[in-house]
Amino acid sequence: MIREIEIFVIGGGPAGLSAALAAASTGAHVLLCERDEEPGGQLVKQTHKFFGSEKQYAGERGIFIAKKLAEEAYQQENIEILTEATVLGIYEDGIVTVLKDGKHLKFHPRKIIVSTGAAEKFLAFPNNDLPGIYGAGAVQTLMNVSGIKPAERVVMVGAGNIGLIVSYQLLQAGVEVACVVEAAPRIGGYLVHASKLARAGVPIKTGWTVKEAYGNGKLEGVILVQLDENWAPIPGTEVDVPCDTLCLAVGLTPLSDLLFQADCHMEYVRELSGSVPVTDENLMTSVEGIYACGDVSGIEEASSAMVEGRLAGFAAAASLGYDVERASREVASARAELDELRSGPMGARIRAGLEKVNEKRGEATC
Amino acid sequence: MRENETIICRCEDITLEEIRACIREGYQTIDEIKRVTRAGMGPCQGRTCRLLIAQELASYYHIPIEEVLMPTFRPPTKPITMGALADAWKESQGGADA
Repeated sequence: MIREIEIFVIGGGPAGLSAALAAASTGAHVLLCERDEEPGGQLVKQTHKFFGSEKQYAGERGIFIAKKLAEEAYQQENIEILTEATVLGIYEDGIVTVLKDGKHLKFHPRKIIVSTGAAEKFLAFPNNDLPGIYGAGAVQTLMNVSGIKPAERVVMVGAGNIGLIVSYQLLQAGVEVACVVEAAPRIGGYLVHASKLARAGVPIKTGWTVKEAYGNGKLEGVILVQLDENWAPIPGTEVDVPCDTLCLAVGLTPLSDLLFQADCHMEYVRELSGSVPVTDENLMTSVEGIYACGDVSGIEEASSAMVEGRLAGFAAAASLGYDVERASREVASARAELDELRSGPMGARIRAGLEKVNEKRGEATC
Repeated sequence: MRENETIICRCEDITLEEIRACIREGYQTIDEIKRVTRAGMGPCQGRTCRLLIAQELASYYHIPIEEVLMPTFRPPTKPITMGALADAWKESQGGADA
């Protein structure tokens, strides 16, 4: 049996939930598919407060934003949520297949909104498969979602916001953080997060990387090495840091497998951290009726993901003829909000990445 | 770096040594390396190793990573049992077991 669907949202993180709520508010019917047990995406483990303006829930903790969005979505009669349901494929004839409770289900949506988020990047160094080496996201899940103390002594790799925030949360959970290691010559994350660590006495070693890990059957320590201005290791600078856990927070990359499958025009854009779809001003990909929003279209903050979701949700609903006038106004205001979020020095990288995407769009249509 | 102790594809246990040997032999794309080593064919379908292999190709051929050809993506995005597919087929046939 193939079920007909109006708007199929893939992924129930901040972008997907916002897209579903926006589309449903116009009267459109939405099916939201979430791989995890509950919707919320990465927000469910974010116990820190958000920045930004009030409209993007500034001052609120991620976990409460997730609860609020999910509750709203469950209350909407025209949103159906499938949890523990993984989208397996988007086929040429527009059929979407899903694995749910061991069953292979088929859907035929009129519009698809892809909000699958991101995956963590990995690093290559000797013994990088020892038990005790994790992505920072996994450690944050163990700690903040499952309530498990994940380690005794951690070395964190990466001084972007994720590395800094997870390090601080580890300290709060009673875990010792030996140091934060950052290959770049400067700290990538916000000063406020770095300062908290510095005040707690955690060294942040910029211009350093992991040379190798060691341990008998499980991680017992890492050898760190300093890098020169060309990112080459400086011999003789090696230090041995005993630890039972190494946390990798070396960046995220868009989880765009489904967009590749659907044959969307994709481009690797380093400012957006990986392969992203070339989208138009409504966040529609090069394939008619397939939209992309949130981290899958370029790694940004959750606040931008929520606004992108709203934009895509209203645009998709309007294209089906739902509440066109209001939806168009909402699309325009979401665009203005995104411009504002991406203004300033912190948004420079994103703006450069989006500029490249726009150029590619021009090339494709010429 | 001790290439034989550095894992690139965790699912299929493929080392940096094996990936670099492939590239030196003349394999030029992620898909070609996938076919000869199975890197990227495990449960995660290349989410971990894809960019690491892309970096290796970029540095060997002295090209920006943007120019490394991405592999072909096909359903399913994760492993699925034959039973689930068989049940779906039976149901589509209106079978008694469905």
